[in-house]
Amino acid sequence: MANKDKKSVLIQGNQAIVEGAIAAGCNFYAGYPITPATEIAEMMANRLPRIGGTFIQMEDEIASMGATVGAALSGAKALTATSGPGFSLKQEIIGYACITEVPCVIVNVMRGGPSTGLPTCPSQGDVMQARWGTHGDHPIIVLAVSSVEDSFDITVTAFNMSEKFRTPVILLSDEVVAHTREKFEIPDPEDVQVYNRVKPTVPPEWYIPYENTARGVPPMASFGDGYRYHVTGLVHDIHGFPTERREEVKAFTERIHRKISHFYKEIQIVKKYMTEDADVNIIAYGSVARSAIHAAKEARKQGFKVGVLQLVTLFPFPRKDVEEVLRSSKRVIVPEMNMGQIAREVKRVNKNYTRVVKLNRYDGSLINPDEILRLIREAL
Amino acid sequence: MADRYELCLSGFGGQGLILAGIILAEAIGIHEGKYVSQTQSYGPEARGGKSKAEVVVSDTPIDYPKPTDIDLLLAMSQDACDTYYIDLKAEGILVVDSTYVSEVPSNQAIQVPCTKIATDLGLKMVANIVSLGAISEVSDCVSYASLKKAILTRAPKGTEKLNLAALSEGAKAAKKAMS
Repeated sequence: MANKDKKSVLIQGNQAIVEGAIAAGCNFYAGYPITPATEIAEMMANRLPRIGGTFIQMEDEIASMGATVGAALSGAKALTATSGPGFSLKQEIIGYACITEVPCVIVNVMRGGPSTGLPTCPSQGDVMQARWGTHGDHPIIVLAVSSVEDSFDITVTAFNMSEKFRTPVILLSDEVVAHTREKFEIPDPEDVQVYNRVKPTVPPEWYIPYENTARGVPPMASFGDGYRYHVTGLVHDIHGFPTERREEVKAFTERIHRKISHFYKEIQIVKKYMTEDADVNIIAYGSVARSAIHAAKEARKQGFKVGVLQLVTLFPFPRKDVEEVLRSSKRVIVPEMNMGQIAREVKRVNKNYTRVVKLNRYDGSLINPDEILRLIREAL
Repeated sequence: MADRYELCLSGFGGQGLILAGIILAEAIGIHEGKYVSQTQSYGPEARGGKSKAEVVVSDTPIDYPKPTDIDLLLAMSQDACDTYYIDLKAEGILVVDSTYVSEVPSNQAIQVPCTKIATDLGLKMVANIVSLGAISEVSDCVSYASLKKAILTRAPKGTEKLNLAALSEGAKAAKKAMS
């Protein structure tokens, strides 16, 4: 490989998201600037026009989400990015994307909340909002990034999953990851695996837009391809028209959930660091996972067996991997920059296997390794 | 973590500290090939308010991206000096911009009038580059040559000469301050 003469660049998490999105085939961005996500919009405005893509700054976050869904329906790979207040505004149309099964990626760079909150400080307070922010029973995929490298890789994954499962994917970053600059070698486009949505191959008159296929994901025609079909936020039958017939409503709801739940193995991504022989395991995500890994390495130097289970996929919650760690550890620590949102999920999965201890910080600062080390020493 | 070297560049918003942090990180990371992580904290104001940029340097990949124990603190305002001095290691190096910092917390502080030097050069804005020159003189964490390369890739066209003069004056002033 010619990788050796590749040049490293010093870029921040937000820029790595832009590079990842473009590598994944993103050709549309609509957004409204907000700290600490603004750089994503800035760089997309610079990059997309050069590669034949489209950048639109909309009048607000609601319209940006609408434009994102519209672009995706016409065949684009669409991205929008925001932070807390804007993420709240996008929720209604995220629900529309869920029910109409429109692939798109929504980045939420978490800052302190609620409301305007702490615009320039990190937080992980939007985890449950990412899962349940829009109303109704809906499946959704939520991924979390922890570094510049992750921000590239997981953005590619987010696009691939959105295309493969026809679903909006929420990518959670936070102020620390977004603004931390690290060295990174941007991979060559041919080294990046890209998945594109399946399009119909049947003649237009045979096309059933919401067909109950084996995989649960019907082929998706783009507007303008010659396939005429109806798109609505109402629960619809296989042809896309509103229905209240019980068996159709039931089949629809089950299918949009099945298309995700049948592929948990593929969707639920975790990274394991020294978890196998660990007495204490730390379950962490986002920038806090880095504090956790630092703490685990320090603890190992001091003779304590500590490991880290980093959750990349937050939802669907990676129950199996969490359960495995809960069964094998004497204690599990869940550090988070919120009052305990993922800790609650971990505790839900814990069936008296071990003791789960929360470590929460909600003062606008990143949890530091010493705080975690103190809890490790207490445990052993 | 013996292989970790941590720097904190502090002052008020508008002094170009974050840019100085980026240039420093590029000099060390790109031109000297080490692992670096550059972070920052700032207020919601565009100018004024506390601002700081942090650079962590290591020979191995960096997990925790923020400093834990600062080896070198640059304070370009009295407020920043008062606030962040406590985060400096016992044997750490303190560099202050004596244009703004009159009360130094330690007799070991290296006093460089960065902003005054920049003003004398004709552009107050380059005080951040003057401070980088000083850092190259007082610490082994970065070489003058790599800072020069990093500045030349970042400096807007037409300002190269001024920026390099700022770097050189900063180094000279630090040398003088230490003697």
